[in-house]
Amino acid sequence: MRALFSSRLMPIAAVAVIVAVLPAFFPSTYYYRVAALVLVFALAGIGLNLLMGFAGQVSLGHAGFIGIGAYAVAVGPSHLGLPPWLSFFVGAALSAVVAFLVGRPILRLKGHYLAVATLGFGILLSIVFTNEASITGGPDGMPVPRLVLFGWAARGSEAWYWISAVSFVIGTALALNLIDSPTGRALRAIHDSEVAARVLGIDVAEKKLMVFVISAVYASAAGSYLALFNGLVTPDVAGFLRSIELVAIVVLGGMGSIIGSLVGAIVLVVLPQALTVFHEYEQAMLGLIVMVFMIFLRRGIVPSLATILGWRK
Amino acid sequence: MAELLQFIFSGLTVGAVYALVALGFTLIYNASDIVNFAQGEFVMLGGMTTVFLGLAGVPLPIAALIAVIATVAVGVALHRLAIEPARGAGPVVLIMITIGASIFLRGVAQIVFDKSFHSLPPLFGTDPIRVGGAAILPQSLIVLAGAVVIVVLLWVFIDRTLFGKAVIATATNRLAARLVGIDTRRIGDFSFAVSAAIGAVAGILVTPIAPTSYEVGTLLALKGFAAAMLGGMGNAVGAVVGGVLLGLLEAFAAGYLSSQYKDAVAFLIILAVLFAMPQGLFGRAKVDRV
Repeated sequence: MRALFSSRLMPIAAVAVIVAVLPAFFPSTYYYRVAALVLVFALAGIGLNLLMGFAGQVSLGHAGFIGIGAYAVAVGPSHLGLPPWLSFFVGAALSAVVAFLVGRPILRLKGHYLAVATLGFGILLSIVFTNEASITGGPDGMPVPRLVLFGWAARGSEAWYWISAVSFVIGTALALNLIDSPTGRALRAIHDSEVAARVLGIDVAEKKLMVFVISAVYASAAGSYLALFNGLVTPDVAGFLRSIELVAIVVLGGMGSIIGSLVGAIVLVVLPQALTVFHEYEQAMLGLIVMVFMIFLRRGIVPSLATILGWRK
Repeated sequence: MAELLQFIFSGLTVGAVYALVALGFTLIYNASDIVNFAQGEFVMLGGMTTVFLGLAGVPLPIAALIAVIATVAVGVALHRLAIEPARGAGPVVLIMITIGASIFLRGVAQIVFDKSFHSLPPLFGTDPIRVGGAAILPQSLIVLAGAVVIVVLLWVFIDRTLFGKAVIATATNRLAARLVGIDTRRIGDFSFAVSAAIGAVAGILVTPIAPTSYEVGTLLALKGFAAAMLGGMGNAVGAVVGGVLLGLLEAFAAGYLSSQYKDAVAFLIILAVLFAMPQGLFGRAKVDRV
């Protein structure tokens, strides 16, 4: 029994069962919509968590990659005539290339310098999305055509719930697999001490770059889903606030806890919806949630709960 | 030539504001090792509170004074209620707290004030002064003069008073400062209060030229942060030079290249500086102890 629980497949199976059974409790399609949003944000959160929680590198600009993914599924079909599903992969590939090119110089920086460099990079991308109006539609954004797969058009919150649920389970499985691999152990070594990792013969720069690229692809995929789901993309999708939301998901849920990213996404997506009767209170609420959780549960929800309940590894 | 002079004037004015924001950053960073992303919200609060008190019929000088006091109160509250309870947390957690505070203040400003842009009447009219074919607004001179006065006052206070020496001691070594009996929490309060006051004054001075709204703080904070980085994090002289330099470069970029990409140029410069000399213009290279 114990071996079964500690096996790698167990958490993935648990997640799969939960997302499959959950809709039975949804009273209306509104719940499908919120749950789909949670899963999409959790997907991006998992990617960023690999970078922040395991490699120990902060990024305040990951919304830039969300933007690349989102605009790929908008620009691909309307300007280049690509089918939406192909645009999704083109966006992911483009994010990977951009992350690869920027990653090498950026990841040499540490601490506050890394924070401001990634932040600057994210803002640069959002400025490009806002200003290149002939391609991106400028501040008003542009419409996104519906996703059609094998003649089936994905429409409605229910369809999107299942698409994001399947993607989330795949994303979780891949992330857990990576963590359990030699690369995952190398990343944790880097997190603990870069110097010690280097002395052990780990190519620190290469591993950091690799996980940066992976996290960019996760963000890009989430961005594409978000755009396809909403049928519209605006520069807000890649804004500074979005980057902060992503970091908040990771830190609130718990750095280094994959399930934590899901919990963080639930808190950041559901709580503002539940607590704000008026749209104007949304920002104040988001700020307050981030502050309160960071002050009182600074290790994140899942690791703090694990300690309280006495689940020690 | 006149064109160049014009860009220099506008660059210096904007640069003075960046310099003040960067100085606020540096003060808090030195006294408590915290990068305060809510710095831009101090600027916003100063401008917006003055505007709205003015609209309510309060004479502007009194409105400005109340705005500075209110912003200082917010700054101290931020330190006491959000930063102090989280002392000892990792840098990412502390950054997230100040970013949370920034989003929170912006959200509250949106509710308490409104979402539109507001301006204040300039102190000495709107007739530009002509210098060598270029024009400069009297209010720009006031912004510049205000920045100089603030920088000098702060320098005198830090360099010439016992309390200032305690601030320097805390910045140099927090634990050692505590051991010789310096109340580092009070130093923290002080740094947040002064940073808030500097931000509020900058906000009030610049509002007649650059209209303010609830969300101007974010970009200001980012650029102020960038200016502080450019000068070398933790270096007060560097913060001021970095701010002015950033303002000038931005004005040149807007004038000679593209006004749309004005903001982008600022961040490009920052990335270039970070890649080429990560310690900034005035900072010393940090040596890590293994």
